[in-house]
Amino acid sequence: MNQKESQAVNRREFIFACKRALPLAGLLFFPLSATDLILAQENEKYNPTEHNYAMGIDTHKCIGCGRCADACKKENNVPLEPIFFRTWVERYIIAGNGEVSVDSPNGGIDGFPEIKGDKEALRTFFVPKLCNHCANPPCVQVCPVGATFISRDGVVLVDEKYCVGCRYCIQACPYGARYLHPEKKVADKCTFCYHRIVKGLLPACVEVCPTQTRIFGEVGVRSSPLSRFVRFNDITVLKPSLNTSPKVYYAGTDGEVR
Amino acid sequence: MKKFRIRQQIISLSILFALLIASFIVARLILIPRSFGEYGHYRADAIDDITAQPINYAGSVACIECHDDIVELKANSNHKGLSCEICHGPAAKHIEAPDENLPSAPRERGFCPLCHGYDPSRPTGFPQIVTALHNPGTRCMSCHNPHNPILPHTPEDCSACHRGISNEKAVSPHSSLPCIKCHPASQEHMVNPRSASVQKPTGREFCGQCHSKDADSSRDIPRIDLKTHWERYLCWDCHYPHSPEAL
Ligand code: HEC
Ligand code: HEC
Ligand code: HEC
Ligand code: HEC
Ligand code: HEC
Ligand code: HEC
Ligand code: HEC
Ligand code: HEC
Repeated sequence: MNQKESQAVNRREFIFACKRALPLAGLLFFPLSATDLILAQENEKYNPTEHNYAMGIDTHKCIGCGRCADACKKENNVPLEPIFFRTWVERYIIAGNGEVSVDSPNGGIDGFPEIKGDKEALRTFFVPKLCNHCANPPCVQVCPVGATFISRDGVVLVDEKYCVGCRYCIQACPYGARYLHPEKKVADKCTFCYHRIVKGLLPACVEVCPTQTRIFGEVGVRSSPLSRFVRFNDITVLKPSLNTSPKVYYAGTDGEVR
Repeated sequence: MKKFRIRQQIISLSILFALLIASFIVARLILIPRSFGEYGHYRADAIDDITAQPINYAGSVACIECHDDIVELKANSNHKGLSCEICHGPAAKHIEAPDENLPSAPRERGFCPLCHGYDPSRPTGFPQIVTALHNPGTRCMSCHNPHNPILPHTPEDCSACHRGISNEKAVSPHSSLPCIKCHPASQEHMVNPRSASVQKPTGREFCGQCHSKDADSSRDIPRIDLKTHWERYLCWDCHYPHSPEAL
């Protein structure tokens, strides 16, 4: 009994001692972590296994200016015809009777026409769309030759030299995010601007968004702006019932948006 | 004793098989790209091909080096969230050879309304104008500096920023009520809307000042009994205050 008591006191003492020593320990570790950081910055070799990219979209903030769709085309040389998009902006109009209508003239690049008078809009808002970079992508499953794949940093990409242009993936994508490139005759889609992000730049659409509707970041990294966005918002993904595990997270959308 | 002999057929078959297997291996080597399967069921070299794509948008930090005055001006303005390249277009080539590839500047009136033209789908509070009515015929830049768009004077009317709500209210039974009757907004809100917030009515009694059976207000105003008219709910759970209807 006596022994036990003294033990307890010892433990408590130990913990208190630790508490007192904590700032000291902090001092010890601080320069270490600082050098770590510097080293990490100096080490320019990009390691894809350290990343898992994703995007957040805050539809409360979207003003539907279409600059994202415009910049995407200019960055990635997407054909200008108004049927090919890697990203585009949809306008949702929800009428008093619950009827939902969606339009996206030229992806929103030239603005949106006035809402026609015959429907009374109860609620209306903009939703930017792009490839969801699913963790469980149907497009990759159906590719007969292995020309579309998930990279080690979690981005769904197309190998345009290997694609045979069979269009299976375009059919399989539930989000309509793919198109057949009219000149190259291969499937094409959003890459999260892979050539930019591996160099530490933001995707073009995120770069030009004037209201910070689009948040680019990484899954499971606390310091990533995306983690903050996911923590502070009610998040939905598109068509969750399809079990594709999309990695584009929406805030401010509800069942009407699909 | 008979000597063991391999039959002719077996020899020719084996040769055939060996040839088949060899040609299969050769065909595989030729047809399957070398890096296929390195990281997964795809060609690892494709990653390098995709990474090699040229960059067109230089990014917002790239302009500081030469245009620090404009960058600084913009950084403290209402346009601080806007990348230079939204308006000037992709400028990576401009940075490589500034004088040969001058970016364009959007000086025409049609450009700014892509963001600022009135559209009810835009979030409330976003500054919007009705382009056809807002100083028509004059370039936006003669009154607003695109790199620091302060307003020439403080707007007099809430509709400058809350276009959607005021349009709706203007044709509703509440058209005669000024916004400040229900939202005592300070002058500061008209200048710095995000730092000076505005109150909204909080309780049923507020609407009761005019609509309660015993309220001291104009006789034309429709009355309800505050005690029995859906007493457990807030009025605006059912009536949209900017366009109320007697459902
Ligand atoms: C290496 C230096 C350099 C960098 C970096 C640079 N510029 Fe310039 N820029 C110039 C020079 C030089 C001119 C021509 C100056 C003049 O004519 O007064 C110029 C002119 C311009 C003009 C005016 C064109 C006109 O019609 O008069 C624009 C717009 C512009 N730059 C935008 C940008 C943007 C946006 C960026 C960042 C993405 C950028 N610049 C980065 C050097 C630079
Ligand atoms: C809202 C759109 C917009 C943004 C954002 C913007 N500009 Fe401009 N910029 C313009 C317009 C419009 C003009 C033409 C002004 C005029 O003709 O009076 C212009 C003119 C210029 C010029 C040439 C004239 C001058 O004032 O020297 C330069 C250089 C320039 N911008 C650089 C930049 C840089 C650098 C940034 C980012 C920090 C930037 N701009 C952001 C719209 C924009
Ligand atoms: C890509 C979208 C975009 C474009 C293009 C754009 N703006 Fe803006 N503008 C914004 C944003 C975002 C704000 C900040 C709004 C806020 O604080 O909520 C803003 C703010 C303003 C304001 C301040 C309003 C206020 O209430 O103080 C003015 C004035 C303005 N812009 C004028 C212009 C002019 C003139 C042009 C064309 C040269 C232009 N804008 C182009 C997005 C844009
Ligand atoms: C310069 C532009 C501007 C003007 C003028 C303006 N507002 Fe606002 N108002 C805003 C913005 C921006 C917000 C959104 C603030 C936010 O989200 O934090 C807002 C928000 C509000 C809100 C909502 C606050 C909330 O908590 O949801 C009310 C109510 C409001 N304004 C009333 C008014 C009234 C009444 C007037 C006229 C006396 C007025 N505003 C004039 C820009 C303006
Ligand atoms: C003759 C000068 C003049 C011209 C030209 C002009 N504006 Fe304005 N603008 C003003 C004034 C003054 C205000 C202050 C608000 C008010 O009184 O309506 C203002 C307000 C604004 C606002 C803020 C409204 C708000 O709710 O905060 C925006 C956005 C704006 N203008 C955009 C533009 C655009 C885009 C153009 C070009 C298509 C343009 N302006 C042309 C004078 C001008
Ligand atoms: C009859 C009183 C009344 C009048 C008049 C009125 N409002 Fe409101 N307003 C309200 C109430 C009540 C709410 C809170 C609604 C809620 O919380 O759902 C509100 C909410 C708002 C909001 C928050 C966003 C939203 O849509 O809920 C804004 C912005 C606003 N009012 C602006 C205005 C402006 C601008 C005017 C003048 C054109 C105005 N209001 C006139 C009662 C009024
Ligand atoms: C300053 C007085 C005043 C206040 C405060 C006020 N109202 Fe009204 N209200 C009116 C007037 C005036 C009318 C229009 C009467 C008429 O039709 O002539 C009206 C009409 C209405 C109507 C009837 C519309 C119809 O179709 O007949 C409703 C519902 C209503 N208001 C709800 C509200 C609610 C909810 C609030 C609280 C957010 C509110 N009012 C606050 C003055 C007021
Ligand atoms: C649960 C929904 C609900 C709530 C909450 C509610 N109302 Fe109503 N209100 C109605 C309905 C339904 C009508 C039309 C049928 C009726 O006259 O009862 C109505 C009618 C009215 C009318 C028109 C009466 C007439 O004679 O034309 C006024 C004014 C009104 N409400 C004001 C208010 C006010 C003020 C409040 C808050 C104190 C409020 N309402 C809360 C549902 C609601």
